[in-house]
Amino acid sequence: MKITDAQVEYVAQLARLELSPEEKARLRDQLNSILEYMEKLNELNTDEVEPTSHVLPITNVMKEDRVEPSLSREASLANAPNHEDGHIRVPKIIE
Amino acid sequence: MELETVIGLEVHAQLLTRSKIFCTCTTEFGRAPNESACPICLGMPGVLPVLNRTVVEFAMKLGLAVHATVARSCRFARKNYFYPDLPKGYQISQFEQPLCVGGHIDIQPNGGSKRIGLTRIHMEEDAGKLIHGENLGDPNSSYVDLNRAGIPLVEIVSEPDLSSPEEARAYLLKLKSLLQYLEVCDGNMEEGSLRCDANISLRPKGATALGTKTEIKNMNSFRNVQRALEYEIERQRAILSGGGTIHQETRLWDATQGVTLPMRSKEHAHDYRYFPEPDLVPLVVDEAWIVAVRATIPELPDEKRQRFERDYGLPAYDAEVLTTSRPLADYFETAARRYPKPKVVSNWVMGELLGALNRSGKEIGACPIAPENLAELLQLIDAGTISGKIAKTVFEEMFETSASPRAIVAEKGLTQISDSSAVERVVDEVIAANPEQLMQYRAGRTKLLGFFVGQVMKATHGKANPQLVNDLLREKLR
Repeated sequence: MKITDAQVEYVAQLARLELSPEEKARLRDQLNSILEYMEKLNELNTDEVEPTSHVLPITNVMKEDRVEPSLSREASLANAPNHEDGHIRVPKIIE
Repeated sequence: MELETVIGLEVHAQLLTRSKIFCTCTTEFGRAPNESACPICLGMPGVLPVLNRTVVEFAMKLGLAVHATVARSCRFARKNYFYPDLPKGYQISQFEQPLCVGGHIDIQPNGGSKRIGLTRIHMEEDAGKLIHGENLGDPNSSYVDLNRAGIPLVEIVSEPDLSSPEEARAYLLKLKSLLQYLEVCDGNMEEGSLRCDANISLRPKGATALGTKTEIKNMNSFRNVQRALEYEIERQRAILSGGGTIHQETRLWDATQGVTLPMRSKEHAHDYRYFPEPDLVPLVVDEAWIVAVRATIPELPDEKRQRFERDYGLPAYDAEVLTTSRPLADYFETAARRYPKPKVVSNWVMGELLGALNRSGKEIGACPIAPENLAELLQLIDAGTISGKIAKTVFEEMFETSASPRAIVAEKGLTQISDSSAVERVVDEVIAANPEQLMQYRAGRTKLLGFFVGQVMKATHGKANPQLVNDLLREKLR
């Protein structure tokens, strides 16, 4: 399977990335070489192997339903490019 | 061509845990914006979510109550999309392996019974809240409050088994009632702790293939769900009858205009690129855990309704209304224990009490009349201390002041006059004062009995025993 320019553009759009034509070409080639490498796996018969989602042999890591103090609002908002009256302010989102 | 409607609902319910699903921030409602956030729900790099055990137990409790199969093993997945209310750039949800599969909810539309299949119930985190500029500050900005980000939700997906807006409403009400009985969600649609999206399509009657559907969002009350679906059915019907085709799209309900409108901002189809959440290990549920959770399930609305019909001899309608909420059912049962004429109690609860609660905007939990006091009021009627008519006045006073009926009757001097000589005196006075009506009555206009009864009641401020008044008048007017 070959990654096309259109697919690179589509994925970039989903990730909200703006790419120059040179970047698109470079990423297309890089993605293709990654996929080619992955093709090697297809040489193996994995019919009896369950897909791995986690490599650790651990299940059921849970916490009790207990409240602890949150971050101070000042700290939470410190990373926001813009904020007003305790809210993070972003360009208008039209729904 | 006759068309039939096919509806499936996706309901999101906020779970009543103390802390969020993957961190220790509080879920308390109404805190100042961004006060309940931490590195985990803010999506800071390097943090790890840890699953809240109570979320799993609440979701399982619901699953078991609707006869779903609880998966022995399930996983979380990342649902990737960009939106300012989602700080991580993905929502942690479940996709391929949800916690619960299958199950059903029975509804009773128009007295019948219909089984609505469920596809799945899964756990996920809520996103933050967006407030648009026109409602706060600069109209060209949107404002983000992340207190809600990470609040635990269950999504309950139904099969396309609903065939009318009334059925959709009945299903939602039943689900709300179940969630409240289980004490896992407060069920408040107006405040957003219960949210509903609908998939709706039409097809030729009797066809098996589904027509092209639209998804309706933004219906924030039970009534709006029904209105939006009614509108959408007519919109699709008009297009199909005119030979047109339906576009698969998401539409928003506009309650002010009473229409559904296509969403403007989503020009690209969603591609969520789900993949297993690497930060959360798989969840394994064993039989012992299921048994323990099952043991926490109380008597549910369906069982209670059947018991009310059977043990109290109530009509189906009464049993249905009284069991819609657990506090209401408990109220009825407490009153019926003290005044063992269930149908009389039911009439008062469904009529006077629910009416008064409705008018004052109060919930049954905040009812000013204790069930013991309602029972006492009914005993006073039976004992002849007050008439049924006066009882309504006493009831209103009880609702205002929470006082006991005995205290009100004593204080206001409302005791019924059952002393026949006292009533007879008034009856004689009334007859003497209305010679013309007396003549007409004796000439055959017996409907005038009502007039005389009214006059006697007026003269006694409603306190005369009505049966006695009737008997005495009939005798003396003859």
